[in-house]
Amino acid sequence: MKDEVESRDDRVANLKGLGSARKRVEDVRFTQGKGNYVDDIKLPGMLHGDFVRSPYAHARVKSINIDAAMALDGVVAVLTAKDLEPLSLHWMPTLAGDKQMVLADGKVLFQGQEVAFVVARDRYVAADAVELVEVDYEELPVLTDPFEAMKSDTVLREDLEDGADGAHGPRRHHNHIFLWEEGDKAATEEVIDSAEVVVEEMVYYHRTHPCPLETCGAVASMDKVNGKLTLYGTFQAPHVVRTVASLLSGIEEHNIRVVSPDIGGGFGNKVGVYPGYVCSIVASIVTGLPVKWVEDRMENLMATAFARDYWMQGKISATKEGKITGLHCHVTADHGAFDACADPTKYPAGFFHICTGSYDIPVAYVGVDGVYTNKAPGGVAYRCSFRVTEAAYFIERMIEVLAMELNMDAAELRRINFIRKEQFPYQSALGWEYDSGDYHTAWDKALTSVGYDDLRREQAERVEAFKRGETRKLMGIGLSFFTEIVGAGPVKNCDILGMGMFDSCEIRIHPTGSAIARLGTISQGQGHATTFAQILATETGIPADSITIEEGDTDTAPYGLGTYGSRSTPVAGAATALAGRKIRAKAQMIAAYLLEVHDDDVEFDVDRFVLKGAPERFKTMKEIAYAAYNQAIPGIEPGLEAVSYYDPPNMTYPFGAYVCVMDVDVDTGTTDIRQFYALDDCGTRINPMVIEGQVHGGLTEALAIAMGQEIAYDDLGNCKTGTLMDFFIPTAWETPNYVTDHTETPSPHHPIGAKGVGESPNVGGVPAFSNAVHDAFRAFGLRQAHMPHDHWRIWQIANDLGLHD
Amino acid sequence: MIPAPFDYYRPTDIAGVIALLEEHGDDARVMAGGHSLIPMMKLRMAEIPHLIDLQDVAGLGGITIDGSEIRIGAMTTQADLIDHEGLAAAAPILREAALQIADPQVRYMGTVGGNVANGDPGNDMPGLMQCLDAQFTLVGPDGERTVAARDFYEAAYMTARTDEEVLTCVSFTAQPGGAAYEKQKRKIGDYATAAAAVQLTREGSTCAAASIAMTNLSDVPVWSPAAGAALADTPVDDSAIKAAVDAALADIDPTEDNRGPVKFKRHVAGVILTRAIKSAWARA
Ligand SMILES: Cc1cc2nc3c(=O)[nH]c(=O)nc-3n(C[C@H](O)[C@H](O)[C@H](O)COP(=O)(O)OP(=O)(O)OC[C@H]3O[C@@H](n4cnc5c(N)ncnc54)[C@H](O)[C@@H]3O)c2cc1C
Repeated sequence: MKDEVESRDDRVANLKGLGSARKRVEDVRFTQGKGNYVDDIKLPGMLHGDFVRSPYAHARVKSINIDAAMALDGVVAVLTAKDLEPLSLHWMPTLAGDKQMVLADGKVLFQGQEVAFVVARDRYVAADAVELVEVDYEELPVLTDPFEAMKSDTVLREDLEDGADGAHGPRRHHNHIFLWEEGDKAATEEVIDSAEVVVEEMVYYHRTHPCPLETCGAVASMDKVNGKLTLYGTFQAPHVVRTVASLLSGIEEHNIRVVSPDIGGGFGNKVGVYPGYVCSIVASIVTGLPVKWVEDRMENLMATAFARDYWMQGKISATKEGKITGLHCHVTADHGAFDACADPTKYPAGFFHICTGSYDIPVAYVGVDGVYTNKAPGGVAYRCSFRVTEAAYFIERMIEVLAMELNMDAAELRRINFIRKEQFPYQSALGWEYDSGDYHTAWDKALTSVGYDDLRREQAERVEAFKRGETRKLMGIGLSFFTEIVGAGPVKNCDILGMGMFDSCEIRIHPTGSAIARLGTISQGQGHATTFAQILATETGIPADSITIEEGDTDTAPYGLGTYGSRSTPVAGAATALAGRKIRAKAQMIAAYLLEVHDDDVEFDVDRFVLKGAPERFKTMKEIAYAAYNQAIPGIEPGLEAVSYYDPPNMTYPFGAYVCVMDVDVDTGTTDIRQFYALDDCGTRINPMVIEGQVHGGLTEALAIAMGQEIAYDDLGNCKTGTLMDFFIPTAWETPNYVTDHTETPSPHHPIGAKGVGESPNVGGVPAFSNAVHDAFRAFGLRQAHMPHDHWRIWQIANDLGLHD
Repeated sequence: MIPAPFDYYRPTDIAGVIALLEEHGDDARVMAGGHSLIPMMKLRMAEIPHLIDLQDVAGLGGITIDGSEIRIGAMTTQADLIDHEGLAAAAPILREAALQIADPQVRYMGTVGGNVANGDPGNDMPGLMQCLDAQFTLVGPDGERTVAARDFYEAAYMTARTDEEVLTCVSFTAQPGGAAYEKQKRKIGDYATAAAAVQLTREGSTCAAASIAMTNLSDVPVWSPAAGAALADTPVDDSAIKAAVDAALADIDPTEDNRGPVKFKRHVAGVILTRAIKSAWARA
């Protein structure tokens, strides 16, 4: 009976463990429209909230008259700051140590700011009532430019005491938030002042927005009988939301249940706490009924957290041969009306000081000035770890500019400056310890794969043809080599509102050998239910298909800090592996007991424990699980469960090499991306198909950001890009084909060597697309042109270079 | 994105529509595919207390081709235009233009009548219809009349149609020769940065007549007789094309928006028109 004996390969395949291209289990419900999102939640008697928002970017609120709105049939309440004040909820703390108005308290500071919250029996009545609230505004001078704001007499934040320190030290102007510095300023300046070659450039990373498919929303339900508050919402960090809600409301934490149901994309937009959440909770407490608030697309783009808006003034120095000797960067960071960045407490500029990139730069300095303006608050990590994409864009532009100055090939300049394999773990000049890397191997593989030398030859021929008038299209080769810093993070230096950035996993093995595992993270499309089951399958020998992964309900899941900054796999993934190992350790004792041998005489093999030297004697995990529940085993507690809380010893440092080849029409500013190659090294690869999906998605968002997506304001602070007609989201039509590739350099400190990949393509992709545009014009002397590279801005480059004459 | 309250009507004949329009005047509006109107209502830029859906009104659909005479019912969708093989043979520029409008989902709903009646300078069909010298048939309380596409547009959202009239069909005579519709847009689903419709007829190696119109480069579609005249009796060589482009550029009046500044738009308009002329000439 040969087929009864499963081969070892069959058993491994059955597990669908690490490395398996297992199909995403969550897609069955998503592709059938069976997901359960916040707006799908309907509770008996539920009321609907909607906001009156400011049409002005800066104005005093002289009066609010709610009489007409209250008189409309179906309106239950209209909340203003006055109603929230007795509860001390008219302002709320931000994640960045600042505070933010929940509802306009005397003035408004950006267009779209929440002024009053209308609660009605029906969503349509709520919208009608919004129109009936009369607000009397007195317009004030508007500041949309951070450099102007730092000089202006206009005080934006009258609530802050003049001259008093902010959360991150002294403020040198009433519109200044903080100065944050890292590195050795004096030494850096000395090196740069005496260097053979120095280039200086202002690199602007424009304001954009994560714009998840599902906008933000919440359903709050206060049960006045048992005193329990249930809050469903679009939360990337549900446990932290519970703690914050408890601290703000005074409701004991055990009486608050926060649930993140299915989330339709987050990208950093759903990390912070929004006025809509607070107002739904208050409205539910006031009315005793559930209250739903879901913002529309325009509200999402205009008022919820934006990303980027970093003016990065850089200086980089090198020897004549191109060896980089120093890097200096000063950032003017436009934070909008409130500092509502989502960064670990100690890092007001996130991990921007990863801006030495993949290069061995002996000395460096960064200083970041945070500034208030009349724009929406935010500064969130849009598909990147905190400010890492800004850092990667900055260094990858500076490298290109330096290559121009040196008249050197930009690929070669990178190669001679890469941190070498033997230098890992590598201490960067700005204080990080890079865990592992092999940059030269990745770079060579990338350049060979795209046929780099042939591309450069073709490009040179194209320039000649262009000069002869035979073509109006130039060709750009966009290079990007990035190193990320993800997986925040070690509790000793990373916290959010005081909560250490560990994460967790709790596993229960059922008697028949299947399992449920709950984590402190929450998937927003990353595929956690698929990949975390794979980690556990390999660790415990239980097939991934027999493991349920659950996240997002604070009543059942262990405490964790949530999902953003590519932290789920590095932190919760590690907790999952370690919890799995605890299960395995106990299973080993049970197996030894069942086989009547000593614990050390058995060893784990795929899905079972075998007797060393006699593999025909074994106990499968299924048998062991059953025994754990139905046998009295001396010295061993019944059951098979484990919990692990993981405090990572270090961040992880994924890296990658991207190449984008683009044709640029100088007359229309249109582009055609002919080729895009992405090599990612995310350490151990859990599921190659999920990785590929993440890379495709991240590259497409990078394409959007680099080529057209922006949040733009006019001089009066009106948001000009509040709909998807103007805010660029690529369709399949604009999206090029991507070729993905990989090398695999495991993280030495992570239990399974995995590093995280969801954000790499956005971090590396933006410089690749942008560098391609710049590179197309390199032969004509272009050094720096700001994103987004939409048609008219590319046309403007050509026009400025005299290519239309 | 929630409209103000409105009453909804679904009459089955034109008389019923006109009666409602007469009753409610300015407070009533007909709806065809709704893909311009509903967004405006949701943004509360249009408040329409009485909404009259044309979907069930008899006699507003269908494409008929009688020799070179072409008649397109107002409720014909852009998808219908694309799918109609007879039309593609008789006047291929309609398919070419329709394929550049919005995306497939919008094209299944958006109608020819709605597109030309809307009066939004961003719509592609008005310029195209001016290029083709189409006639719009309007039916109102006083009966039927036709207005030339070239006389229909007065200002943004202002047309020769009165509040009580319904546009029932678009008709034109297909011309021999070549035609092309070229459009630059930022992405699928976007209105034109600049678009040009060109139709010309060839006699031997010269152009006998040409008609040129442009989209989204003024507050109305721009039909430029001077541009057409610049091509007539020429071999459509570079200097003739340049003369035509210069003439067209003299007739447009673009404004700055998120698609770019005026200088850019004028430049792109010239490039797009040049391409459209070359492509139409190659087909003539
Ligand atoms: C995302 C998106 C992208 C788009 N991109 C483009 C584009 O690139 N190019 C383009 O041309 N269009 C574009 N459109 C518009 C689309 O083609 C519309 O469908 C079209 O403009 C209007 O047709 P409709 O049938 O939807 O008209 P509706 O929206 O129903 O009506 C529009 C207006 O015309 C009036 N009207 C409609 N039918 C009649 C009639 N028979 N008689 C009198 N008045 C009438 C209505 O009262 C209303 O004022 C886009 C729309 C969307 C949503």
